[in-house]
Amino acid sequence: MEVSVTVNGIARSADVEPRTLLVHYLRDVLGLTGTNVGCDTSSCGACTVLVDGRSAKSCTLLAAQVDGADVTTIEGLAGADGLHPMQQAFHECHALQCGYCTPGMVMAAVSLTDEYDDLDAAGVREGLEGNLCRCTGYQNIVAAVLAAGE
Amino acid sequence: MTETPFTGGIVGESRPRREDPALLTGEAKFIDDLQIPGALWLACVRSPHAHARITAIDASAALGIDGVVAVYCGDDLADAWEAPLPCAWPVTDDMKNPAHYPVAQGKANYAGDIVAVVVAESRYAAADGLEGVVVDYEPLDAVVTIEDAESDRVVIHEDCGTNVSYEWPLVPDPDAVEAAFADAAHHVTETFVHQRLIPTAMEPRGVAAVPAPHNGNMTLYSSTQIPHILKVMAAITLGLPEQKIRVIAPSVGGGFGCKLNVYAEEVICMALAQRHGVPVRWTEGRTEASGSTIQGRAQRQTIELAADADGKLTAVRATLLADMGAYLQLVAPGVPLLGAFLYHGLYDVPVYSFTCKSVFTNLTPTDAYRGAGRPEATYAIERAMDALAVAVGVGPDEIRSRNFIPTEKFPYDSPAGLVFDSGNYQPTLDRAKELVDWDGRRAEQVDRRAAGSTTHLGIGISSYVEMCGLAPSRTLAALNYGAGGWESATVRILPTCKVQVVTGVTPHGQGHETCWSMIVADQLGIDPDDVEVLHSDTAISPLGMDTYGSRSLAVGGTAIWMATEQVIEKARAIAAHMLEANADDLEFAGGNFTVKGSPDKEVPLAGVAFGAFTAHDLPEGIQPNLQAQVTFDPSNFVFPFGTHIAVVEVDEATGAVELLDYAAVDDCGNQINPLIVEGQLHGGIVQGVAQALWEDASYDADGQCRAANLADYLVPSAAECIDMKLDYTVTPSPSNPMGVKGIGEAGTIASTPAVMNAVVDALRPMGITDITMPASPMTVRRAIEVATGGAS
Amino acid sequence: MIPAAVDYVRADSAEAAIAALAEAGDEAKLLAGGQSLVPLMRLRLATPSVLVDIGRLDGLSGISIEGDTVGIGALTTHSTLEHSADLAAACPLLAHVAGQVGDPAVRHRGTLGGSLAHADPASDLPAAVLALGGTLVVAGPGGSREIAATDFFTGFLESALGADELLTEVRVPVSTGGWCYQKFNRRAQDWAIVGVAVAEGGAGVALVNMGSTPMRAAGVEAAVAGGASAVDAAAVAADGTEPPTDNNADGDYRAHLSRVLTERALTAAGA
Repeated sequence: MEVSVTVNGIARSADVEPRTLLVHYLRDVLGLTGTNVGCDTSSCGACTVLVDGRSAKSCTLLAAQVDGADVTTIEGLAGADGLHPMQQAFHECHALQCGYCTPGMVMAAVSLTDEYDDLDAAGVREGLEGNLCRCTGYQNIVAAVLAAGE
Repeated sequence: MTETPFTGGIVGESRPRREDPALLTGEAKFIDDLQIPGALWLACVRSPHAHARITAIDASAALGIDGVVAVYCGDDLADAWEAPLPCAWPVTDDMKNPAHYPVAQGKANYAGDIVAVVVAESRYAAADGLEGVVVDYEPLDAVVTIEDAESDRVVIHEDCGTNVSYEWPLVPDPDAVEAAFADAAHHVTETFVHQRLIPTAMEPRGVAAVPAPHNGNMTLYSSTQIPHILKVMAAITLGLPEQKIRVIAPSVGGGFGCKLNVYAEEVICMALAQRHGVPVRWTEGRTEASGSTIQGRAQRQTIELAADADGKLTAVRATLLADMGAYLQLVAPGVPLLGAFLYHGLYDVPVYSFTCKSVFTNLTPTDAYRGAGRPEATYAIERAMDALAVAVGVGPDEIRSRNFIPTEKFPYDSPAGLVFDSGNYQPTLDRAKELVDWDGRRAEQVDRRAAGSTTHLGIGISSYVEMCGLAPSRTLAALNYGAGGWESATVRILPTCKVQVVTGVTPHGQGHETCWSMIVADQLGIDPDDVEVLHSDTAISPLGMDTYGSRSLAVGGTAIWMATEQVIEKARAIAAHMLEANADDLEFAGGNFTVKGSPDKEVPLAGVAFGAFTAHDLPEGIQPNLQAQVTFDPSNFVFPFGTHIAVVEVDEATGAVELLDYAAVDDCGNQINPLIVEGQLHGGIVQGVAQALWEDASYDADGQCRAANLADYLVPSAAECIDMKLDYTVTPSPSNPMGVKGIGEAGTIASTPAVMNAVVDALRPMGITDITMPASPMTVRRAIEVATGGAS
Repeated sequence: MIPAAVDYVRADSAEAAIAALAEAGDEAKLLAGGQSLVPLMRLRLATPSVLVDIGRLDGLSGISIEGDTVGIGALTTHSTLEHSADLAAACPLLAHVAGQVGDPAVRHRGTLGGSLAHADPASDLPAAVLALGGTLVVAGPGGSREIAATDFFTGFLESALGADELLTEVRVPVSTGGWCYQKFNRRAQDWAIVGVAVAEGGAGVALVNMGSTPMRAAGVEAAVAGGASAVDAAAVAADGTEPPTDNNADGDYRAHLSRVLTERALTAAGA
């Protein structure tokens, strides 16, 4: 079936099997490999992207479900003038190590800070409950998200 | 003692990492990100049974599925292997090591053992193909517990004749041990179980083997910690000429030991790439990983302490029963040995005994997981020290202070035969107590108990020393390890005075590029951004022993430091020639050579570099270019140490344990980049806390993993974790010129016993002296019910 | 893991969805947010032959409050419920529970109707709707009918929804009396090991993960109605239940937790 999605501002279209997961549409069809797959139970959040501006787990969506939607992946976050403030905060706060969870974590954080006002550390921790990181112990991720919101 | 050799003002700064931008933007390429034209996809048919004979395999349905190219079973590939998968650590001469073929032949020995493989044109077709392979099994009794394994009720590997792989003793003076326990005023005996853990690097493993059929080359891309070791082992396993193999580790999304191995899928992809003449690739699924990637811990330990009336230790005796799983993976037999020397912790003990027995079970193979042996040793001694404190009637802080190895005894000849390089333990305990407000928390604990509160406060200490920086090659030889522990580095100054550093260590999140560039830039007096670090490709960095055992800085970093010093000495000779001065009269600072006493006579390093490149006028006997290669073999391990304190709250009604506060005071000697040290500790601590509270790769009686995916295996999220308070002391190591120690595993080593001591501290008034890990709400609640006689 | 091959139909009206279901027969599944179904398909625990995607039907999303009834379109996302000021005022229990489901990304896609139709006993929202005494409106080939929430959950992952029916709306009474939701789990993102939803000071009480279906705690409700204290009412929370056993809890521990959490919830709700 034909699936058309605007990805990072560019209209894309491809003929795929209906079962194609959004994450594989992005990675294998469009070659946007920044979005990672870390599990098969919707638990880890490595595959988080924005669908119409809100975080979604791209391994738990069929590409067909977002036909016509706007999708933003990690590749679409940095602008011509450099890193997005959330990316910059992750860098300055040492909020990543191996970097595998990072694209999903950053996208989740961007959505979180947009969705909830006046987040404190506890709110950030709760809000990132669906994104697992094995390297950082989360302390610097929380610091980065708070810093980016300032 | 070495203080610090660094004067450039770069080393010691907290610098954000140069690795970050690529990782933050999706630019970094992990194994599954690689676009490989024409690649076929591999999928593995894995035994659903823990122990079963394979009686028939019918692939006809699979071969009829769109996109499926071929199916191979064990017999089809038997001639692809020159040798079984390697175990590089035959710890004893009579160790039982059953042949471990990449695809099982005749019998599956754990749920996850590969019984056939599907090759298909796409990721999706390969997954479909799995459903079309029909395997008939004759299930056999499964050996699931180490006790059952030890009994030999069912012998898994018939040709071994027993499930016991080896027994390994370290008992320098048996008579002294007996005498010490006979004379002891206090004799504490504790038995602890370390549950199985799944390392869970966030990036699943993946492989892509790319052949060049006509010239015979083979490039293996793998999400591995050990491209160099893998190259050697793949050559041996497949019988390929080693010089034709190139192994590349792309960006690797975490390892924690689980990518320190030679795996079936790596050699299968290579064999099938050869057979089909096209690339063959595989990406692990997370649920699949419970049967395809090594697990950790899985030991039962008994520790006995002998002490005099004041609680001063007189002997430590530890015995271990360790679960190897179904086969011996690359270094699995050595994991208990890495802890064997440390069951007396950082305490001054004259008499020591350690023995270990390792057995096979019908479970996923185990191997090194972050800390590998040292978390287990630290757990045993630190839990037992709390028990001793109770027996003696002093606080857990006091019992430790009475037994710390005195600072004046360093270098310390340990009773197990090591030499601890440097240490000053008491200040870490003192500072950690300050950070958690020890006295205030103790008072609060008493108040809560007096008020009859049902939320109990617990405070737990863990002081630790560990041995890392693997390893002196001679020591490894004494332990029967199959390789050395050296590391290689090349430092090359390019004609434009930019620098390439080539290292044999292989990062997977540690920030090596940032740290190595800081070291070299500090030495050379240049900008770290002018230093490029090359690694993880055996064609670019042909010599290396890779990254594990907190070795990268102490061994690999030292090699880099030494190579840079050699480059400076060569540059000095050229500069002296250019300045018509004696080399001994030159000073090198800020990237300039100057003549002592004649500050106007100077030549910048850039000038020397270009002169070395043009080679128009070099001194006699000096070869062109500025480059040095060093292979460093350490003289000793390094011994980081510290004290961690956890404060928990236990809800008596539900059994829930909540972490309230955590302080860590660590000493890893001189720090290159404190930001990175902090990050290693944060992540390491949480991994250890996770063993205490959440993670458990438990298996049912049939050998099925009950926590095979991330919905059931409880890797904590930010919501379960808290901010930790970190501080440091600095006691440089005299064993290397930079005075550094490792910090990659310390957090994990220290934190598990701190949390469990805190949990038990909270419950001790009820008469509870141990809680089995993980301290899940149900486990804790059950213990409370048993202790108080009050069923729910 | 990768889903098995499947056909896909996108419905542009409720009628079209019902017709597609009727045509496809038993092997068809409705796909709303997909947050329960797609994970099952990835593990090939669900292998429908046809997916009927109702994710973008007009008119099935939104919150309306008329008199003492809150009407919620079946495709309203958890996130919408969580952030609705109107819902927070009219039925704070439901708004709060919606914010406890899964994680934010799941809440952005998951729908109230999908959660109820999936009928998972470990799910949060069914318990809230049960405690509130809600009503489910379903549409089928023969028109529309209403099913009381108490009659909706018929077995493990089974409901009174016919194979050719579509859940269109959920109605709950305006409920501003004392309420509480106690969710006990080991990680924030996980299913409740046990959960207890209390509405109207204990007039409505429902349990999560205490049996094969989401269930009301009728004994607790009766005890509260009879004037029992929170402690005494909570003591019967597990009566008549057959709680499951898994990694986190066995039946006895779940029964114990249900009593502890019910007492806490009733106390917080002012019972």
